[in-house]
Amino acid sequence: MHEYALVEAIIARVEEEVRQQGAVGVHRVELRVGDLAGVERDLLASAWEIFRAGSCCAQARLVIHKVPARWDCGACGAPLAAGGALQCGRCGGAGRLVEGGELLLERIELQVAG
Amino acid sequence: MCQDCGCGDAGLVPVEVHERILAANDRDAAHNRAHFEEHGVLAINLMGSPGAGKTALLEALARARPRLRIGAVSGDLATDHDARRLEAAGIRAGSITTGTACHLDARMVHHALHHVPLAGLDLFFVENVGNLVCPAIYDLGQAINVVALSVTEGEDKPLKYPVMFQTAQAVVITKCDLLPHLRLDLARLREAIGRVMPAPVILETDAATPGGVEPFARWLDQRAGALRLRTTA
Repeated sequence: MHEYALVEAIIARVEEEVRQQGAVGVHRVELRVGDLAGVERDLLASAWEIFRAGSCCAQARLVIHKVPARWDCGACGAPLAAGGALQCGRCGGAGRLVEGGELLLERIELQVAG
Repeated sequence: MCQDCGCGDAGLVPVEVHERILAANDRDAAHNRAHFEEHGVLAINLMGSPGAGKTALLEALARARPRLRIGAVSGDLATDHDARRLEAAGIRAGSITTGTACHLDARMVHHALHHVPLAGLDLFFVENVGNLVCPAIYDLGQAINVVALSVTEGEDKPLKYPVMFQTAQAVVITKCDLLPHLRLDLARLREAIGRVMPAPVILETDAATPGGVEPFARWLDQRAGALRLRTTA
C-alpha cells in the first residue's frame, strides 16, 4: 500500500506550491499514471480521500489520467504487440517502454484571493 | 485565471508541474548512487516475495565467494533476524525496520548507510522488504535490480507482477532443488518472464547445495568486474 506514501508526497508538493504562490486553497490536482507505473489508481483515489482531510487539498478534486503501456523495439523501433513477448519478433532486440511507466504530478489549480 | 475548465472563476491559477511524484525520493536516490560510485561498490536492490529465499541466496553467495567483500542492509517490517543471519555468514550487515511500511525508500537506505561503512566493499545488497508490488517503484540508488523468485511460486507469478520484473536486470530462480517434487513447467515460467522483462536474464539457483548459486555468483562477478574496469579507466 505505497499509495498512501504517494498521496503524502503529492500533498507535500502541492503545499509547497500553495506557499510559493500565496494561494488560499487548491481546486484541482491532476496526475498522469501509467499502467506500468506500479500504482493502483483506485487505491490512490481512496488514499487521497483519507489524506486530503485537514490538508491544503481538503476541497480539491483529484483527476487521474490513465496512460496505457506502449512498447517498441529498442533496436529497430518496430512496435511490439500489447501483451506479447517484449523481444522484437523482427530483429530480437529488447523492448523499450515508450509510455505507460509515468507517475507524474501534472497540473494543479490553485485558488487565489480575488 | 482559469482558461481551461470554463468555470469562469477569476480566482483560479493553473500551475503546470510535470514532475515525478517520487521526485524527492529520486533526489535521495541520486545521493546514495553517488556514494556507492565514489566507493566503487556495485549496489544491488534484491527484491522478491516473503519467503522467496533472498537471505538464503546471500548466505550461499557469501559461502561461494569467501574472498568477495559483501555488505548489506535488510529491510523488514519487524525484527533484525535477516541482518543477523547475514552477519553470521560473514556479510557486513545492518537492518532497516520499517514498521508498517511495505517498501524501502532512498532515505531509509541513506540512514542505514551511516551504520554500514562502504569502504573496502565489492558488493552491497539492499535486501528489500518481501513484497512484489511496492518496492518496484522506489529508486534506492542501486546499479541493478534483481528479483528472487522461488520455484514454489508458480509459472504465472511474473505476469501478475509485471512492474517488478520489468525494472529488473536479472531474475534469480531459487530453490531449484525442489523441482523434482513440483509440477512447475520451467519453460512456461521462462516464457512468462519474457513477456514482462525486455532483456531477460534468468539464473537458476539452489542455496541448499554446494555450488548451487554459481550462476548468480558468476553473473555478479561479471557485473562487478565491469564496474571495476569503468572506475579504474
